[in-house]
Amino acid sequence: MTLIKSALAIVEKDLKAEFHSKEMLSVMLVFALIVLVIFNFAFDVKKQIVQDIFPGMIWITFYFSGLLGLNRSFFIEKNQDCLLGLMLAPVDRSVIFVGKMLSNFIFLLIIEILTLPLFFIFLNIALPQNLALFFLVLFLGSLGFVAIGTFLAALSVNTRASDILLPVLLFPVLIPVVLGSVAATKGIFLNMPITDWSIWLKILGVYDLLFIVVPFMLFEILLEV
Amino acid sequence: MEKNNLWELILGGIAYLSIVVALYLIFLVAPEERVMGIVQKIFYFHVPSAWVAFLAFFVVFIGSIMFLFKRDYYWDAVSLASAEIGVVFTTIVITTGPIWAKTVWNAWWTWDPKLTTAIIMWFIYLAYVVLRLAAGEEEKTARFAAIFGIIGFLDVPLVFAAGRWWQKTFHPIIFNNSNGGLDPAMKPAFFVSLFAFTILYFYFLVKSTKINLAQREINRLKDAVNEKIYG
Repeated sequence: MTLIKSALAIVEKDLKAEFHSKEMLSVMLVFALIVLVIFNFAFDVKKQIVQDIFPGMIWITFYFSGLLGLNRSFFIEKNQDCLLGLMLAPVDRSVIFVGKMLSNFIFLLIIEILTLPLFFIFLNIALPQNLALFFLVLFLGSLGFVAIGTFLAALSVNTRASDILLPVLLFPVLIPVVLGSVAATKGIFLNMPITDWSIWLKILGVYDLLFIVVPFMLFEILLEV
Repeated sequence: MEKNNLWELILGGIAYLSIVVALYLIFLVAPEERVMGIVQKIFYFHVPSAWVAFLAFFVVFIGSIMFLFKRDYYWDAVSLASAEIGVVFTTIVITTGPIWAKTVWNAWWTWDPKLTTAIIMWFIYLAYVVLRLAAGEEEKTARFAAIFGIIGFLDVPLVFAAGRWWQKTFHPIIFNNSNGGLDPAMKPAFFVSLFAFTILYFYFLVKSTKINLAQREINRLKDAVNEKIYG
């Protein structure tokens, strides 16, 4: 249980630092909102098509604004060699991965909770009938994104190209999550019978599990000095 | 002649001969498909390229694991070589595919699971190559590339599964799967072509691995010279 305890210590540190300055969350939030507005004009969202493109819109917004957070999460640790300090802590280095993943997950969830109501308002969408399932999809999709995203952020921040590398590395690997979360969200909002799209919950689940376990195992190698 | 060079020569020779035989079989022996006509001949290049691309990425995966275990730069050179070859062959797959599809399906591109997987693999291994260019020091390049090589390959089956279900959920399959079987008269051309592409891959792999190792040696020597001159 020391693993969870030490990981939570990192989460606590991240949350404290973030709520002290609120730098990143405010930027992520404003970015998410401006993306929503841009989508509205770029696609000329009308009532007939909104049901079809809405799931894609929310997920792209979350992934893009989440990307800002991911880049930031290890970038701040580069400052004054904080990462080295974390690495010197007498715990497994995988703990850093778990901690960072959890704090990124929390940040992304905060953004989602704050922006979703605005999506519903601006686009005139009715709440889905099955809200619990929708939250499950939000949970699984966001978890998969931050799991692989945190890992690749740690990798890209340690390269010469630093943060610009992350989107190129992350998005191809992310495709199954993108398809999964968009398809499942579509299923929910179009009121399709669950048997038609429950496969996506499985794909998301398998993806989440795989890309939490494998980065967990590889993180020690990633942070070698 | 060095023993290594002899092997290379043999591989190259077999590749050359089998390609000639394959071309002969494809264009002069194999019958023309009744419905698709001449354009069906792309099949003999498209499918073996796809096979080679997949094989190449599998070798990247194995090479990456071997590198992380042994920390021997030979495996890093193998992975890089294989990734580059894989990208080239994937490019062949995603360019020959549309040429065939335009005539047969009357659409350049469909988000068929195989095509989807091919293009996503292309992006993943392009990212792999970009990562290598951008990583920095040699040790880091090799280590990060190996990590990404493992992650990327593990993702491929999921991409395929997702692509398949995407099509099933939203776009019922329009095109009947004509997997009914290859006409027996077409089989020799196909299998010889498959063999030729596979041998060609190994020839490229051996050659390119060697080049990568030589490149590494040159960099090492350059550094040594710089050290000597500028201290």
